[in-house]
Amino acid sequence: MKQQVLVLYLATSALDAPVVGWSSYDGTGRTHPTAGDGDEPPYETGVDALRDGWRLFQASQLIPPYPGSEYDTSFLKHEFFFEKLS
Amino acid sequence: MRTTLLTSVQVAGFVAAGYLRLDGVVPQELNDQAVDVLEAGIPKVPYGTPLDVAFPAGSFARRLVEVPEVAGAMHSLVGPGPTVDHHAVHVREPRGGEAQPLHADAIIDTRMDAFDVQLMYYPREVTTDMGGTLVVPGSHLRRTNESDTGRYQNLRGQTRLTCPAGTVMLLHHGIWHGGRRNDSDQRRYMFKIRLNPTVPQVRLWDTTDLADPAVVAELSRRFPWYEQATGRLEIHNRVRLWRAMTADPDFDIDYWTTRVNNRPGRAVA
Repeated sequence: MKQQVLVLYLATSALDAPVVGWSSYDGTGRTHPTAGDGDEPPYETGVDALRDGWRLFQASQLIPPYPGSEYDTSFLKHEFFFEKLS
Repeated sequence: MRTTLLTSVQVAGFVAAGYLRLDGVVPQELNDQAVDVLEAGIPKVPYGTPLDVAFPAGSFARRLVEVPEVAGAMHSLVGPGPTVDHHAVHVREPRGGEAQPLHADAIIDTRMDAFDVQLMYYPREVTTDMGGTLVVPGSHLRRTNESDTGRYQNLRGQTRLTCPAGTVMLLHHGIWHGGRRNDSDQRRYMFKIRLNPTVPQVRLWDTTDLADPAVVAELSRRFPWYEQATGRLEIHNRVRLWRAMTADPDFDIDYWTTRVNNRPGRAVA
């Protein structure tokens, strides 16, 4: 059994929010995803990935901004990790 | 030397997107010489060398930065007398190379009232399969360090550069970008110059259209990869940059910045 990993970045902290970014890593070696290899997301929302059989195994926590950095922007906040085993 | 300064609307577009494209502005005569010049290499200079010292009169690089549209855009963004931070020739071999992880150059750079500009020159046409630079519009104000963003492979609204020969891009130092895998049979060339300002970057462009509503429209642009809430902070941060670049402490968009600084009787942060 090899793990395939899909990472979806969503527009809000809700799992049914629209996908704004995505990455994938393939432990089977059948595909070689890389930076900038597609302009269309694999799913429209996080829940759409669940419906297609992806299992959620990690979601970003909701962490308050650090005092003094409330207006800073940095990494994408709403990151969800999914897996499939094949 | 004639220059073609940018308009306020163009500079606002740069502040929003973090880059500006000048398609096909370099004359074909220069493009035709470029590959041989870049193959031979352009002499290195110490960090911070004045532009006119780094690139002697008549040299290829000097002629490139004196193309009127290029000179005007450079003046509009970094002002007169910039220094060359460094320059480099990037070559992507046919059917070769791996995509770079998404990154911002150098190290995390939090300046909100000054910025460096990276000039990228493409002497040949870049087609989709040649692995043109991946650029994420509107990412330049995010505070991240170099390739810590490497986990992100694709973001909605990203641009995979395709362009005609002789195209120049001018990028804010913080923009997320990366060279893509070259899946074609042709070498891809790019010449990059990082420019440091030596003067305050205030109203350096043609400001006659400063009150044009299109300025606010540009500064208000949201990009498809923005999260709903963080996208609002992007506008706020652009307002801060635009205030610095126009020396107008009251400029605002939809009251975002004024509202959160309204503390009657208290010192303004």
